[in-house]
Amino acid sequence: MKKYTIQNEKDTRSGFGAGLAELGKEKENVVALCADLTGSLKMNEFQDNHPERFFQVGVAEANMMGIAAGLTIGGKIPFTGTFANFSTGRVYDQIRQSIAYSEKNVKICASHAGLTLGEDGATHQILEDIGLMKMLPNMVVINPCDYNQTKAATKAIANHVGPVYLRFGRPKVPNFTPEDQNFEIGKAVMLNEGNDVTIITTGHLVWKAIEAGQILAEQGIDAEIINIHTIKPLDTEAIVNSVRKTRCVVTAEEHQISGGLGESVAQCLAQENPAPMEFVGVKDVFGESGKPEELMEKYGLSTTHIVEAAKKAYNRK
Amino acid sequence: MANLTSLKDLATQTRRDIIRMVHGAKSGHPGGSLGCADYFIALYHEIMEHNPQHFSMDGIGEDVFFLSNGHISPVWYSTLARAGYFDVAELATFRKLNSRLQGHPATEEGLPGIRMSSGSLGQGMSVAIGAALAKKLNGDDKLVYSLHGDGEIQEGQIWEAAMSAAHHKVDNYIATIDYNNRQIDGDVSDVMSLGNLKAKWEAFGWITLEMNGNDMEDVIATLQKAKSMTGQGKPSMILMTTEMGQGVDFMMGTHAWHGVPPSDEQKELALSQLAETIGDY
Repeated sequence: MKKYTIQNEKDTRSGFGAGLAELGKEKENVVALCADLTGSLKMNEFQDNHPERFFQVGVAEANMMGIAAGLTIGGKIPFTGTFANFSTGRVYDQIRQSIAYSEKNVKICASHAGLTLGEDGATHQILEDIGLMKMLPNMVVINPCDYNQTKAATKAIANHVGPVYLRFGRPKVPNFTPEDQNFEIGKAVMLNEGNDVTIITTGHLVWKAIEAGQILAEQGIDAEIINIHTIKPLDTEAIVNSVRKTRCVVTAEEHQISGGLGESVAQCLAQENPAPMEFVGVKDVFGESGKPEELMEKYGLSTTHIVEAAKKAYNRK
Repeated sequence: MANLTSLKDLATQTRRDIIRMVHGAKSGHPGGSLGCADYFIALYHEIMEHNPQHFSMDGIGEDVFFLSNGHISPVWYSTLARAGYFDVAELATFRKLNSRLQGHPATEEGLPGIRMSSGSLGQGMSVAIGAALAKKLNGDDKLVYSLHGDGEIQEGQIWEAAMSAAHHKVDNYIATIDYNNRQIDGDVSDVMSLGNLKAKWEAFGWITLEMNGNDMEDVIATLQKAKSMTGQGKPSMILMTTEMGQGVDFMMGTHAWHGVPPSDEQKELALSQLAETIGDY
């Protein structure tokens, strides 16, 4: 099992803020909008450096999505910032008509996704956002795993012409991917090559999958671990090639099983290379208040859960 | 100013186009389209500075327009074609398979003149504000226009947008509401009354004007007045009184023709009240 070193513990939202700040300096046509969550989204540096290109819209997310769509007419690249819940479910029709169907170059940047939002509870812990966004034609869906990758993704999506949903989170998590990484939209990242089981994962679950791989190795199971930072378009080639070799697969994500990465992988494998499959994800329930790690344990998203799922898939071969 | 008679002739021709398009598709929204024909012709042939021959999505250096109540697409399509954005013959494809003239305006098929999909109501004002803000960032002194239905402003997003336009001093923007007091289920005042609209928009911090949308001279004069009031730190709203179905007697005075096509006989009767002026498509 390949060794990964934790450089530090940082929140992915700060990676977004840092990436946006650099974009502000590098690209005159990048603008940002926020719905009363500038500090939570770490957009302060952009706001301070480019007040004329930063639009505070207040608690009015539908209006924010429309203004962002309008700003593209005139050549701007708008980045919207609010929590994932208010970036998707609350404004779905605005995104659908004014951004996705209208093919507008808006970057919907969403923090506090999933259970790890923690104490605020289920009203804010959206676990359906990947599904909502991936169903929209023209939409790219990205869920990076750590600070460095989120920063790189933020910068990469500015160069993609078209709507993008960029999902990240609140808590500090291990930062282990290279600082100077080249983020390629739609390209899976091979974290560990193995022969016995494929673990396909995204977002905060990527580090847990690495921990699971180490435990599995100690138990004699050689896991292949793939980081899918881009859920749509999905790197089906990387997935199919891996599962052809290992002949079983586990997906792991901080999202409902329904509508998530696992569903996309299952669709791909059902057509290309059916294999025993297990899903680590939220099982059709809402979350609740609690500390992030407590919630991940209670709702079945811990390292141990990935290990158990991998063994189950392996034994089904 | 263009000859008033020629503008009125264009509006009459557009009304004929609307009847023929909706009849041809056996589907569409004639009532509101007929009511707004004078506004569209005034806007595209007298008021806006725009470039029909070389349509650009960005609209930099020209005035841009957004139709927020997208269901009155027939009047917009006719106006765009008559202004030179595309061949008038294409009006015959309205609402048919493989057409660029979708039931509600869309960008996907690449119809020149359309910069935003609309139909799901309440979204166009936010979009127009975004486009106006982009113009300010670009140092582009041209203006942004939008049209909304009166029933449409029952949508909450409109009022989010209203607040933000005043807050951000979007003074390069002239919105208009088609105040015909009709919506699908009946009179607006019965379905969900709007109260004192003028006072509402003024309270939201907008310059608020009123005009008779079926009087070409008043439409032009009021739009010109609104233009003269741009650049003063406030967005502008024109409350435009119109008659749904204007120009076709049996379509007026009722909400019944919101989204119903005329039969063959009704089409002939309607066209007999709208003399062909510059030629049918």
